Amino acid sequence: MDLALIWFVAIAVLWTGYFFLEGFDFGVGVLLPFTGRRNSIERRVAINSIGPVWSANEVWLLTAVGATFAAFPPWYASMLSGFYLPVLAILIALIARGVAFKYRSSHDSDRWRDVWDRAIFLGSVVPSFLWGVLFANLVQGVAMDADHIVTAGPLDLFSPYALLGGLTTLALFTLHGAVFLALKTDGPVRVRSRKAALGSAVVALPASAAFLGWTQSAHGQGWTAVTAVAAVAALVLGVLLTWQGREGWSFTAMAVAVLTLTVTVFGALYPNVLPSTTDPAYSLTIENAASADYTLTVMTWLTLVALPVILGYQAWSYWVFRKRVTGEQITGATVDGGAEPEPEKVA
Amino acid sequence: MEALDLARWQFGVTTIYHFLFVPLTIGLSFIVAILQTFWYRTGRHEYLQATQFFGKLFLINFAMGVVTGIVQEFQFGMNWSEYSRFVGDVFGAPLAMEALLAFFLESTFIGLWIFGWHRLPRGVHLACIWLVAIGTNLSAYFILAANAWMRNPVGYEINEETGRAELNDIWAVLTNDQAWSTYIHTVGAAFITAGLFVVAVCAFKLWRDIKHGDTGETGVAPSTSERALFRGAMKVGLVVVLVAGAFTVLSGDNQAKLAAEFEPMKLAAAEALWDTEEGAPFSTFAVGDTEARHNPIDVTIPNVLSFLATGHFDGEVHGMNDLQEAYEEYYGPGNYIPNVFVVYWSFRLMMGLGMFGVAVAAVGLLLMRGRERLPRHRWFYYAAMAALPAALLANIFGWVLTEMGRQPWTVHGELLTAESVSPGVDLATVATSLAVFTAVYGVLFVVEVGLLWKYVKKGPTHLVPDLKDDKDESALPHFSY
Repeated sequence: MDLALIWFVAIAVLWTGYFFLEGFDFGVGVLLPFTGRRNSIERRVAINSIGPVWSANEVWLLTAVGATFAAFPPWYASMLSGFYLPVLAILIALIARGVAFKYRSSHDSDRWRDVWDRAIFLGSVVPSFLWGVLFANLVQGVAMDADHIVTAGPLDLFSPYALLGGLTTLALFTLHGAVFLALKTDGPVRVRSRKAALGSAVVALPASAAFLGWTQSAHGQGWTAVTAVAAVAALVLGVLLTWQGREGWSFTAMAVAVLTLTVTVFGALYPNVLPSTTDPAYSLTIENAASADYTLTVMTWLTLVALPVILGYQAWSYWVFRKRVTGEQITGATVDGGAEPEPEKVA
Repeated sequence: MEALDLARWQFGVTTIYHFLFVPLTIGLSFIVAILQTFWYRTGRHEYLQATQFFGKLFLINFAMGVVTGIVQEFQFGMNWSEYSRFVGDVFGAPLAMEALLAFFLESTFIGLWIFGWHRLPRGVHLACIWLVAIGTNLSAYFILAANAWMRNPVGYEINEETGRAELNDIWAVLTNDQAWSTYIHTVGAAFITAGLFVVAVCAFKLWRDIKHGDTGETGVAPSTSERALFRGAMKVGLVVVLVAGAFTVLSGDNQAKLAAEFEPMKLAAAEALWDTEEGAPFSTFAVGDTEARHNPIDVTIPNVLSFLATGHFDGEVHGMNDLQEAYEEYYGPGNYIPNVFVVYWSFRLMMGLGMFGVAVAAVGLLLMRGRERLPRHRWFYYAAMAALPAALLANIFGWVLTEMGRQPWTVHGELLTAESVSPGVDLATVATSLAVFTAVYGVLFVVEVGLLWKYVKKGPTHLVPDLKDDKDESALPHFSY
């Protein structure tokens, strides 16, 4: 296998990691208004379930983008300049929700929390939708000239296929977040999250099936049919398991669904990285976009050393915070995140 | 007005804004780690209070540093697609390394530190904040190595077929002279800034104490126990500033010599030196005529520039007119002289404002020598509070000098700024983006300053109350969102 292909796979892995991890963060944000009333303990339970980990989840995105810059510079350049306005919207959303998580409890006022809750909600809805739109455009291709400069306007990026892609990721991440909340919390939030999971499945299932079917028939490879079917099967299974209240297993099924969906999308993209609809000869491919072997070799060694360590300590951080989050734990702390005697006993 | 101009403005606005928070993150993570280590070693309650108090301020600042940093990772592709295409093979590698080796470390362990007070053994918890501190400093190294490469490109060759720069020696990129020197200078300045942050906060609290006395009301003046805490923390801050100041001045001297070697045009512009001279003087105040290319007024100190640039009082320093001529001959027609006014004054403001902060630290330590002593002069407290904005401005002018002084190049000798911009992105798009970033950043600035103000006013005992009896374990904080 050549290095360029290895890095195409590596970038697919990074995006998969990102969608798996930040997928449920986004879902928790989308569901925030449904987990509890304004300024309720329930909302804080939901936010604290991802509190220690969401920031590290987002680093998967930064690494995916950084790796694309290093391994496929023209892909990075054409994609980000070509998808300018949606990318801008994603950035603003990520800024808003990132700040909101940190600041919402720094001041004890209902209005203050309301503003930041809205930022968390919108900051989660917008990227959940737009990532689907952008990946659909990657698969479908965009108008791009011989110099690999995207000539499509912002509205051209919202074709029916792309809109379906956006709806799919939005609904899927919402479902993923609901399943995560059911697994990681206790009390009323857990009950509501199960209901929310079944509710969002009503959209997520048909949307994902339609999007995967469309992707497979229009752009798929032979083998992606397998992953596409697996994605739909995992989703159905995940919903059934949620219905039965088997939270650990349903979360596992959701992980498989997100993984197989991302793999299907990257499989459909192969061997291009950004196809041109103007003329297939203008497409950016793994071959013509890859960096030279020297850079790819350096990056490969670095990743082989660093990634196991990263996975190790990131997994450990999930292990440290493995307990379900409850309202009782939260009320032990003062409202503005300060110190007050806390009843919890340390094991 | 072209998209290029706005793209440059956007880079300037977003990067300078980002760099208000970065130095504080780099320095404060260490200072908080040091305070927590004191607590771990001695078990003394005021160290826990100090750790918590400055930890809270650190976190408020950290959040902004992180979110504004995301923009940087995308901006090269969005506004500077031709730059990205040309340099990605070389420039992308340190960026990817930064994400892999530094960002994961910082983000994972900051989560463990914030939420881990009760769940982790104390030693492990202490290790978390140290790992965050190491992560922030690693991150600075990689990004500065990437920046240094733009000013002194090494370890690469141009692929004739694709026209792209290709890496052929990663070690050369990471050990670039400009990278090491810039790292010490920038991180030194970051520690000065963070040290002055601590000093300014302590000075504010102690000044209120002198002004109002102890009224017993929270937020008006520090309680008696807080006074000792602030005195101690102020000393830590002052020492950090003084030590970092030494590193910053020494590496700054080295930077001048490297500029003379690799970026002579930047040095000449920073000194408004039009003609090559042996025994060149250091300019203290000049009024230049950029059209006629000379200075009608120039107040100078003889031979000092030659000494700074070459180590000899009669060394030769190249002037802009001669460099322009040489560049035209080598690179073809064009204007290779940066904006002299901006570069010249940025250099002076950076040095002046930076030196002011270091001087405040030296005077402060002198006034505070001996046990329990506090400066009695009000002017010292005013100066200490003013030193923080001065340091932040010095950082900004330092970057303006570095980046504007490199113009018209993005990659020195290889790629012009005008050739780097995204050709497919029109003026309206960049204008939208610039307007949105400016508005969002403006609002967030008000929020951030408001929150810092609130927590500074409330003081440490609001976060961690004083001990009622000696063995009160429940004083451990519980951060949550």
